[in-house]
Amino acid sequence: MLSYILRRILQSVIVLLVVGLVAFSMFRFVGDPIEQLLGQERTQADVDRLREALGLNEPFVVQYLGFLGRAIQGDFGISYRQARPVAEILLERAPATLELALVSGIIAVVLGIALGVFTAIRREGFAANAIMTVSLIGVSLPTFLIGVLLIWFFGIGIEIPVPWGDGTISTKLFPTFGRGEVVDLGWWTTGLLTESGRASLVLPAITLGLYQMTLIMRLVRSEMLEVLRQDYIRFARARGLKARVVNFRHALKNTLVPVITIIGLQLGAIIAFAIITETVFQWPGVGLLFINAVQFVDIPVMAAYLMLVSVMFVVINLIVDLLYVTVDPRLRIDGGTA
Amino acid sequence: MTRMIGLGAAALMASTSLASAETVRWARAGDSLTLDPHAQNEGPTHTLAHQIYEPLILRDMTGELQPALATDWAVSEEDPNVWVFNLRDGVTFHDGSEFTAEDVVFSFERAQSETSAMKELLNSIVEVRAVDDHTVEFVTDGPNPILPANFTNLFVMDKGWTEENGVTAVQDIAAGETTYAATHANGTGPYVLESREPDVRTVLTQNEDYWGQGEFPLDVTRIEYTPIQNAATRVAALLSGEVDFIQDVPTQDIARVEGTEGLTVKTAPQNRVIFFGMNSGAEDIEGDDVDGANPLADPRVRQAMNMAINRDAIRQVVMRGQSEPAGMIAPPFVNGWTEALDALPEGDLDQARALMDEAGYGDGFSIQLDCPNDRYVNDEAICQAVVGMLGQIGVNVNLNAQSKAQHFPLIQNKTTDFFMLGWGVPTYDSEYVFNFLVHTPTDDRGSWNATGYSNPEVDAMIESLASETDLDVRSQTVADIWDTVQDETLYLPVHNQVLNWGETDSIDYPSVDPDDQPMFKYFTID
Repeated sequence: MLSYILRRILQSVIVLLVVGLVAFSMFRFVGDPIEQLLGQERTQADVDRLREALGLNEPFVVQYLGFLGRAIQGDFGISYRQARPVAEILLERAPATLELALVSGIIAVVLGIALGVFTAIRREGFAANAIMTVSLIGVSLPTFLIGVLLIWFFGIGIEIPVPWGDGTISTKLFPTFGRGEVVDLGWWTTGLLTESGRASLVLPAITLGLYQMTLIMRLVRSEMLEVLRQDYIRFARARGLKARVVNFRHALKNTLVPVITIIGLQLGAIIAFAIITETVFQWPGVGLLFINAVQFVDIPVMAAYLMLVSVMFVVINLIVDLLYVTVDPRLRIDGGTA
Repeated sequence: MTRMIGLGAAALMASTSLASAETVRWARAGDSLTLDPHAQNEGPTHTLAHQIYEPLILRDMTGELQPALATDWAVSEEDPNVWVFNLRDGVTFHDGSEFTAEDVVFSFERAQSETSAMKELLNSIVEVRAVDDHTVEFVTDGPNPILPANFTNLFVMDKGWTEENGVTAVQDIAAGETTYAATHANGTGPYVLESREPDVRTVLTQNEDYWGQGEFPLDVTRIEYTPIQNAATRVAALLSGEVDFIQDVPTQDIARVEGTEGLTVKTAPQNRVIFFGMNSGAEDIEGDDVDGANPLADPRVRQAMNMAINRDAIRQVVMRGQSEPAGMIAPPFVNGWTEALDALPEGDLDQARALMDEAGYGDGFSIQLDCPNDRYVNDEAICQAVVGMLGQIGVNVNLNAQSKAQHFPLIQNKTTDFFMLGWGVPTYDSEYVFNFLVHTPTDDRGSWNATGYSNPEVDAMIESLASETDLDVRSQTVADIWDTVQDETLYLPVHNQVLNWGETDSIDYPSVDPDDQPMFKYFTID
């Protein structure tokens, strides 16, 4: 088992190095940071001086090795755009993205599995069919559009006539942008402790989690349907076991291997999709930071962000592999050599 | 009893201060890049700096020059190479230290230093000297009649504060530096920095000791500034009442905001003209399908292209009425602009085709057009429209639209033959346009002239503008240069952009600022 983990970690390091190399070879296609750094009145002499000083005239391999050398010592450089250390900016922005990803991940997993099981068991029911139809919206609409629609409906709001009270109720329930008030814990900023922070989290979390939720739900449903047809389920029923035990102990548990893979990969996707959600809601996380960095050709920030994301994917995949072993006992037998 | 009265008075005071505390929640697309006022020469950065710091002279929101830290200024009677500025008395910085001539000398020297982004505006200055505590002299390398116009974004810092905090030098990003001045501020301006999270939120509160108390409305006591990049979200934030004032209302949402009760959109021409440049100087160009010749070198081809661009159609269809068609590459506020020069080119498609025929390109040619897609209002859509229009006279255009970070290096390196560019004129004088766009590229001029145009006579005329003190002679030279530029059809002007600001009805200000810089000290609130 230990040698298996060590081997995976070694592989991960190689993956990281390759990602970095590919990233650096592509930065030149993003554009020239000099244009952004110097104003309209710059002279050719300024341009030459800055290019030289930033090392932009070096071949990309040399730039990459320089970045690696400094990164190993924990120095990710200075953001061209904000003129502050990249590590400081990333640490400042990470809580916003991680909180958003966590909340939407929980929504997606809990609702996705619950609705998946429900629609599989009540396959013919009206509610199950309605849920399946509505879930098509989740898989087919782009994140960007879902965000904008939610903003129009729940952020700006519309007046709905009702026969009581003032005669109308407004659907304006949540803020349209930002993170609301945050509490600074020193090493972490959280919006979960204030009312405006929690209210601000609702729309972005739904936007970000909707696709994942419908994906998990449809996957759980089809896996469940598959499993429910198996002989051992019929025998379990024939033995007179309770429906709850059959559905959850026997059926659901056996659908989980593919579901865990998908959840793992989707956790990465949630952070990648967060770029779009964060742009739509002006959510001050690392995704928005990355978009700004691309537009500005802020190479130190882009490089650090891409490395961070690849570390994250590598770690998630490692965890997923280890989880397989826990869920599926058959993998344990040859786990030491696989 | 006494105690009761005391409590009542305290309650009363609390309620009045609440009533007079007017917060403006303000959003625009971009954030300031740094608080160091000399480190970036860029719109949003200067806009935030204008609330906190002050220059000697500023342009108010109608574009007029107004005294700020200087009360008056004139060319010295003894020496035409010297400008004398008298400074305002009784001004203090936010930390309480006094503003003196020493601070001005220090700030200008800082702005002239190697790593400053503002130094090009000051390159005619040889020396800045303090005559006494409230008089400063600027010595230039020759008479410079328009020097003061270059000072409107040059902010004055406190010498003592910068020394204490080790920020006497402008931050040098190339050296991997991050400095105290980039995240802290100490100005003389109407608002004091309370807190700032870059890209998230900046809060400013009114400076109670501001010298202009009583002189300006100063109704706004607190500013909460949030950048909101996505245009739809920015408009939604205004519609839902989460912000009170936004810049850059997208053209397609103007009607929606206007139609909402309690909201207004105000519009004014921007100090930015959009145009196309062509490589007319080269013998042969790479981006076309003509071998051994450069069709753009023929003035008749350039005239024909100028005629073929239907500016009114672009205004109506692409810009939804939000532009002012232009015939010259300077906006109307600029000294040297005339209605005759700005008239749209005469001639129709038949005349244009005849000119093409005459030039020997009756069968047309193809060429690549380089265009940004994230810099100007509807930039890519304008280019697409122009592709169709030029197609009508046989110029077959391949559009290459890409991000500004990729587009501008093409102009910088002069590796484009046909390109879109927008130009603002911060000095409000034609000399600025000529220096960058018409003069032959040299070490200190012509850095944006990618047309290959080089005319020694015109160059000499442009250089003479810097030191010509007879304003009539100078105006005549400006007019002569414009005539040459227009006769040559050096550029194809399209339009002046229009600015749209949206706000709640209670907010008012003198005018939408042509440079897109709101200055909250001029705002009034009902």
